[in-house]
Amino acid sequence: MKLDVDITIRRGAHPIAVRFALEATVAGLHGPSGAGKTTTLQVIAGLLRPDAGHVYLGKRTLTDVATKVFVPAHRRRIGYVFQEGRLFPHFSVAGNLNYGRRFSPTPLDDTQRDAVIDLLGIGHLLKRWPLTLSGGEKQRVAIGRALIAGPQLLLLDEPLASLDEGRKDEMLPFLRRLCQESGVPIVYVSHDRRELDAIGAVVVPLTPAAHM
Amino acid sequence: MSGLLAPLTAAEWTIIQLSLEVALVATLASLPFGIAVAYLLSRKRFPGLWLVDALIHLPLVLPPVVTGYALLVIFGRKGAVGQTLESCCGLVFAFRWSGAALAAAVMAFPLLVRAIRLSFDAIDLRLEEASATLGASPFWRFITVTLPLAWPGILGGTIIGFAKALGEFGATITFVASIPGETETLPLAIYAQTQIPGGEAVALRLTLIAVVIAFAAIAASQLLRDYTKRGHALP
Repeated sequence: MKLDVDITIRRGAHPIAVRFALEATVAGLHGPSGAGKTTTLQVIAGLLRPDAGHVYLGKRTLTDVATKVFVPAHRRRIGYVFQEGRLFPHFSVAGNLNYGRRFSPTPLDDTQRDAVIDLLGIGHLLKRWPLTLSGGEKQRVAIGRALIAGPQLLLLDEPLASLDEGRKDEMLPFLRRLCQESGVPIVYVSHDRRELDAIGAVVVPLTPAAHM
Repeated sequence: MSGLLAPLTAAEWTIIQLSLEVALVATLASLPFGIAVAYLLSRKRFPGLWLVDALIHLPLVLPPVVTGYALLVIFGRKGAVGQTLESCCGLVFAFRWSGAALAAAVMAFPLLVRAIRLSFDAIDLRLEEASATLGASPFWRFITVTLPLAWPGILGGTIIGFAKALGEFGATITFVASIPGETETLPLAIYAQTQIPGGEAVALRLTLIAVVIAFAAIAASQLLRDYTKRGHALP
């Protein structure tokens, strides 16, 4: 599925301009901090409105400032794994994982859900509460939560950033399998080129040079 | 002291029952509005917001007698709203228990809204964003994320509101007077007893009852909170 992004958006003092189109199953947005990586993901997910430009996903127009189209985040069916996980503290792990199923028109069925839980190795955590999880466990649950809602596209925003080195190495195999086996197109944001290479992403550079 | 521990008389039961009814109705009826207004004040920005804020807090700073008199002017049988409500729905507030509940609700409302608003303010908006990316509409985000996370504040606000409603005096006596069996709640009865010779004993009994009810309300809220908190990571 083709993702076509061409946006400008003002965040703070500097306008950020980002333009790329990609059709890869696993795409890596790579650039230094301040290049607008997270902002770009937020625009794709519908959490931010760009000041100008558009976002197309396949045949769908998600945002087009010129024609005043803006699909709200909850109707985009784009999974988002945030840097800090953002698990719901008032739901158990199982509750978090199942959260999106009741809203999505295309949720995973029980078998598919169990396969995701297997893939991420979080089966033993289902009854736990988010507060009691380690950073890596939280991120895996957050990935599972996004996948089980049955998204058309999965956005991963520096999913390893909050983890220390040892935990990162622990997480990478899960991410690699996720990218190979989930069947969902993935946009993976990272400032770390090695991470993107490790998961086999097609890298799209986002550099300050790409700014207007 | 034997008088102090004697069984409750029928008249005393009536006062207790009426007080609980008035305070309960006042609190529960204003709770949905309290949640809505607290949410509005916490999340929405529009011109005139300060006016809403000020109007709600007015009963907190005005002399209660003034609030009671304003209620009489507005909701009395000849008041603009009072007249309309009576002719359209047969709803009368003046000198009725429902008026006592209205006065208690208006006086308790700022405290209720304040507590709930603080808990809305404390919610991490990023969790609502996460909920949106998982497909939840604004309504379902509110029901599944915002409301449960605000639960401790809602519970606290309800208890504070209930306590305030139970103790309301000035606005109530001004608006609906003190009619035994209709509008004479605990504080009104205690005041009446202190005004008549030999009434101190009854006043003291009623005071103790008020203390017991207040304790029971606080204990109930603690139990409820502990119960809902089990296992959760709520603050």
